[in-house]
Amino acid sequence: MLTNSDLQAIGLTLQVAALTTVILLLVGTPLAWWLARTRSWLKKPLGALVSLPLVLPPSVLGFYLLVAMGPHGTVGQWTQALGLGLLPFTFAGLVVASSFYSLPFMVQPIQNAFEAMGTRPLEVAASLRASPLDAFFSVVVPLCKPGFFTGVVMCFAHTVGEFGVVLMVGGNIPGVTRVVSVQIYDHVEVMEYSDAHRLAAVMLGFSFAVLLALHMYNGARHKGGSS
Amino acid sequence: MRFSVKHLLPGAMALTFATSTWAGQTQIAVAANFAEPIKAIAAVLEKTTGHTLSVTVGATGKLYAQIKNGAPFDVLLAANTAATVALEKDGLAKAGSSFAYANGKLVLWSADATEVDARGDVLKGAGFRKLAYANPKTAPYGEAAVQTIDKLGLTTALTPKLVQGESIGQAFNFVYTGNAEIGFVAMSQVLAGGKLKSGSMWVVPQALYSPIRQNAVLLNRGANNPAAVALVKLLQSPNIKDLIRSYGYDI
Repeated sequence: MLTNSDLQAIGLTLQVAALTTVILLLVGTPLAWWLARTRSWLKKPLGALVSLPLVLPPSVLGFYLLVAMGPHGTVGQWTQALGLGLLPFTFAGLVVASSFYSLPFMVQPIQNAFEAMGTRPLEVAASLRASPLDAFFSVVVPLCKPGFFTGVVMCFAHTVGEFGVVLMVGGNIPGVTRVVSVQIYDHVEVMEYSDAHRLAAVMLGFSFAVLLALHMYNGARHKGGSS
Repeated sequence: MRFSVKHLLPGAMALTFATSTWAGQTQIAVAANFAEPIKAIAAVLEKTTGHTLSVTVGATGKLYAQIKNGAPFDVLLAANTAATVALEKDGLAKAGSSFAYANGKLVLWSADATEVDARGDVLKGAGFRKLAYANPKTAPYGEAAVQTIDKLGLTTALTPKLVQGESIGQAFNFVYTGNAEIGFVAMSQVLAGGKLKSGSMWVVPQALYSPIRQNAVLLNRGANNPAAVALVKLLQSPNIKDLIRSYGYDI
């Protein structure tokens, strides 16, 4: 069976992923909105910047984060000035790192949904005197629900699957930064293969279930016709 | 202009053959603490024999696990004796063929020139937030750090401050970047030409941890590789010992 430290790692992983998803939903939605609507020349560079974590090796992201969040880095000096201390090796640091790492997984599906919706529904809402905020929550969110759903699910699952960045900024502290992927790596390194097998199977099952749910949701939507 | 694989292939092949025909090469696994010295040793080997090394650095336990699972290494330079003895027992190296090439020393180090005092009293104070060490399950230097902390009776006090590198290389990196104020690292990582490169250190007394006897072994895969055999011979020659000593090792 799973050991206590395995269960601790699973609990921690779920916390990191849940918090990262909430943060990215709050930060990613306005960003996706801006990217979908703007005509600024900044759209292309910023869009590329948001996609960077898709192609960057986690070691590059991890290295920059470690240096930037350290005592000599800009972010580190900033967090220290605010009395927050340093971020590496902390739960907060892990959430910050994950937020960068999973950013495109949240932003892109939502941005696509905003773009697919077009401007027409908003114009109608405005002609009916809906305030922009009202229009957003009663028109845009329901219309773009599939985009939000995909973003949330992918962001959560991708954060659960994070490994390289955590390895570089986490410090492998039980209950603080030792997430499931790192725990598996530890098991393998010391040849505890049966422990690794159990935990790896849990991850495999989880990831498959998440993707299956996503595909079934999208499939049901397409079958459902135009809605 | 368009490039095609057809145009690139002959050049790439010529390059590959040129390096493989003219000089022998050997792929070796090296414990992270020895990352710096092996560069100097590789230079000596290349100068004297023409053979080149392709080096993979990692924690000893991890390298052992990789070799056991078929990693293509010719020689292992471990940070303990357990790994090489186990490889002999596993039949992956000739029985009795492993040999000592260095005795490692553990130091408490900080990138800050004033952080670590000459007696290591910093460990008892509250002047630091994080203490880095290597994973004791895979890295012998991490195991030595745990023994030291235990002998000093500071396990309870220091446990909340510990951050773990997956090898002594990452532990060093955590301290070097300042993310951990102090850390237990290998003396070879902070010494150059017999002198402390930067920061401040406390050489942990040998009485506080079991000796770090570092063994190397020629693996079966490398038994017929002249480059691997030459490296093993070089590591055992008296001439190379001064070079190894200059990184703070005893031998």
